[in-house]
Amino acid sequence: MCGIVGLLIKTPSLRSQLGELMVPMMIGMTERGPDSAGLAVFTPPLSAERRKISVFAGQLPNASQYDWNGLVVSLNTALNVNATVQAQGNHGVIAFDGSPDAVKAWLKSTSPLLQVFSTGRSIDLYKDIGTPAEVAARYHFADFQGSHLVGHTRMATESAVTPDRAHPFTAGEDFCLVHNGSLSNPYGIRRMLAPHGIQFDTDNDTEAATRFLEWRLREGDTLHEALQKGFEVLDGFYTFLMGTPNELALIRDPFACKPAVVAETDDYVAIASEFRSLAHLPGVKHANVFEPAPEEMYVWKA
Amino acid sequence: MTDPVSTPSHSAPGTAHTPPRFSATFDPGTLAEIRRAAATGIYDIRGGGTKRKLPHFDDLLFLGASVSRYPLEGYREKCGTDVVLGTRFAKKPIHLKTPVTIAGMSFGALSAQAKEALGRGASLAGTSTTTGDGGMTPEERGQSKTLVYQYLPSRYGMNPDDLRKADAIEVVIGQGAKPGGGGMLLGQKISPRVAKMRCLPEGIDQRSACRHPDWTGPDDLEIKILELREITDWEKPIYVKVGATRPYYDVALAVKAGADVVVLDGMQGGTAATQEVFIEHVGIPILAAIRPAVKALQDLGMHRKVQLIVSGGIRTGADVAKALALGADAVAIGTAALVALGDNDPCYQAEYAKLGTVAGAYDDWHEGRDPAGITTQDPVLAARLDPVLAGRRLANYLSVLTLEAQTITRACGKSHLHNLEPEDLCSLTLEASAMTQIPMAGTSWYPGCGM
Amino acid sequence: MESLKFDLAATPLREVNQFLHKEAPAKAGLAVQIDNPNGAHAIAAGLNAAIDVTIEGHAGYYAAGMNQHATVTINGSAGTGVAENMMSGKVHVKGFASNAAGATAQGGLLVIDGDAGLRCAISLKGADIVVGGSVGSFSAFMAQAGNLVVLGDAGEALGDSLYEARLYVRGSVKSLGSDCEEKALGGTELEILSDLLVRSGHADIDPTTFKLYGSARTLYNFHVDNAGAY
Repeated sequence: MCGIVGLLIKTPSLRSQLGELMVPMMIGMTERGPDSAGLAVFTPPLSAERRKISVFAGQLPNASQYDWNGLVVSLNTALNVNATVQAQGNHGVIAFDGSPDAVKAWLKSTSPLLQVFSTGRSIDLYKDIGTPAEVAARYHFADFQGSHLVGHTRMATESAVTPDRAHPFTAGEDFCLVHNGSLSNPYGIRRMLAPHGIQFDTDNDTEAATRFLEWRLREGDTLHEALQKGFEVLDGFYTFLMGTPNELALIRDPFACKPAVVAETDDYVAIASEFRSLAHLPGVKHANVFEPAPEEMYVWKA
Repeated sequence: MTDPVSTPSHSAPGTAHTPPRFSATFDPGTLAEIRRAAATGIYDIRGGGTKRKLPHFDDLLFLGASVSRYPLEGYREKCGTDVVLGTRFAKKPIHLKTPVTIAGMSFGALSAQAKEALGRGASLAGTSTTTGDGGMTPEERGQSKTLVYQYLPSRYGMNPDDLRKADAIEVVIGQGAKPGGGGMLLGQKISPRVAKMRCLPEGIDQRSACRHPDWTGPDDLEIKILELREITDWEKPIYVKVGATRPYYDVALAVKAGADVVVLDGMQGGTAATQEVFIEHVGIPILAAIRPAVKALQDLGMHRKVQLIVSGGIRTGADVAKALALGADAVAIGTAALVALGDNDPCYQAEYAKLGTVAGAYDDWHEGRDPAGITTQDPVLAARLDPVLAGRRLANYLSVLTLEAQTITRACGKSHLHNLEPEDLCSLTLEASAMTQIPMAGTSWYPGCGM
Repeated sequence: MESLKFDLAATPLREVNQFLHKEAPAKAGLAVQIDNPNGAHAIAAGLNAAIDVTIEGHAGYYAAGMNQHATVTINGSAGTGVAENMMSGKVHVKGFASNAAGATAQGGLLVIDGDAGLRCAISLKGADIVVGGSVGSFSAFMAQAGNLVVLGDAGEALGDSLYEARLYVRGSVKSLGSDCEEKALGGTELEILSDLLVRSGHADIDPTTFKLYGSARTLYNFHVDNAGAY
């Protein structure tokens, strides 16, 4: 079980405050999600030939002093991809030319303990164990800038408390999802996706939902169509918040037992599991505050 | 012309007759149930817990003192039995003289006299009783020195005045007989008094919710527990009761949601009424649930800080001692307490025969025709139970459970029941050994060890 | 009349609630204002005296939970379970209410000016609830006694597994739950409805524009032909 937060800044001049406004939202969700926290932020996209991956070194000894520059030098020597890195302790965002598959394959064979948390032109993803306040401080979430982000605080139900099982989950490129609730048929969904060559990194039920939706998008469904199929296939209780380079999308299952509340002004759209996380936002006293209805798709464009 | 070879089956040896043979799969009980279903179109409903033989405490034995360890004498060499429940957050934790408590059983399922008897017996023994679905009766609060008030999905009879009168609050998520199911009380037991307490029309079949109405999931349970603490000014311990299914996760989540005490009820746990298939095919034996529950507490650093009460088939002081040795802080008894009061007693054999059953097998508690006057609302039958005498019987039984546990504990060289540990046990069967990770007797091996 | 102000940004909720439980009952007619609720949970829960509490802003879960005798006004929205298990008194939400509003409430009056979420009046046990807007799906699920009045619309499965509660809806009902059916709006029911409309500030609304829903009572005793309804 968990806390969800999402923030989309409409007013361009406020985008520099994205992280600063988000951190108290995440901390407000500490009781619902004390085990681990994560955040995916969408930045202005890299050029069409370039990609970036968010890489986590936490499984290695002395991870907070990991030699990211050394890694990038080796990568460029091996594949000549014009790679650069922006590092933050045990986390590095590596940008490079060309296909991500080649780079990920190289990483897997040379440094199997490194974990790739996201791939795309726009998305950066951070997640780790610890309270939301600890994780936010570790990666300086308060400094993040961008148009929108999706965040999550976790209380693990049936899979372990490890960084890779924290949310957001990603699949494909520039798609992420956070989940509050518990799916009751996650193994059936995995078995349905396996013949399509879809492989899983964890045993987490949220990963099953993420890969299902991303598969539908990749197969050509619109977001609307993919979510509609999600309603039919996914069983259990869920509030899902999803991020793509230009949108935030939210759905709730028909029983709507897991909470969600939205506050919207001319400057931003903010989403959280409880109003407590929205109370500090500027102008919230005059915001349009409402609860999303079950089985409806809410999409906000960045 | 001689006759063909065919001889009367009862006379000659070496006959061609094949004696009748029942199928193990379609045995007489199964055949009877299929016929009953075909006749009525309704599932079979009964009371009690699982009747199947399952891996249980009998599959474990204690390793008493010998040459490497020394026993305690009785009498002066004290063996303590007290327990404190609810030390995590409550201003007023519960102090009990024995770790054997009385499990939640409803007024409605049981007669008012039975609830009073349970309160009397528990108070004499220095332990607690627990209300059930339907709320708190003055009889039970009046007689029970320590009363745990259940907070169930149905919220029948729930009110803040009784909440404030309780000594602890038990948020019920499920019970061992029917994890994932709600309460059930059929029309014949919805008497005027029961109907009034539950705000239902008299004589109808009560339909019950299986989920709480205003929260779902441990993250929202945490907020609900906070509300209960705010209403009662943080004074009382909050228990969370679950039926045994995924005990590792369930106990961890109860702790994260803020429970002071976790109550874990195995499939042997009884109920007043539910579908037979629910009792027999959903939930796991208590023996399989204790180790994962204790591991969850240990992994969170909360063993002994959040207390664990286990229930489901506790019958003797040996069961009590084994549950504690596996890591529980206390146990609860339900079925055994009713038997101590007089449930299924052979003195009513003639009446059991009229109901189509025998003493010891009577489980149609939902019908409310209990000759012992315990699982009934019929005033004539209920009057047969003298709460004072029955309370005395329960107190006697609780004494015996405690003395038996002490005897075993002393024999293992311990001065308090809480010093029993898993290493004091050995296993007789592979199943019990795999479930508890207690080595097979005479070996240091259990299935999965070293992996 | 004495009046007091608490600021939840400065004073812990626990202290405010304990004051309301312990010292407020001695001050007959006390009025209390609570500022900066900011979505805190269990504000004014467990009140047991005839005091007047106003919450200035949005309340979290279980505001005025298990209310007895008090009058609680929320000048904002209320989270899950507002006035849950209320026994008596009045709770007034000026904004919208989230899920399970008035859950299992046994007495008293809950007035919601805006919409209420899903499962409004779930397991209702005798209280009265008046919603100025619409209610979400599964409202009045297993409602046993009391009245739910909805000036707007109702969602799916209204009154699923209904017992004896009365449901009055002015707008449309998306679908009815098991054993819930429309009933004739007779004299007694009209009087109850009129009285509730007056007491909830809707005296201008004509009670005959409502439809009444109640239990068909076919699930009161199990019958195999109704198995599909379970």
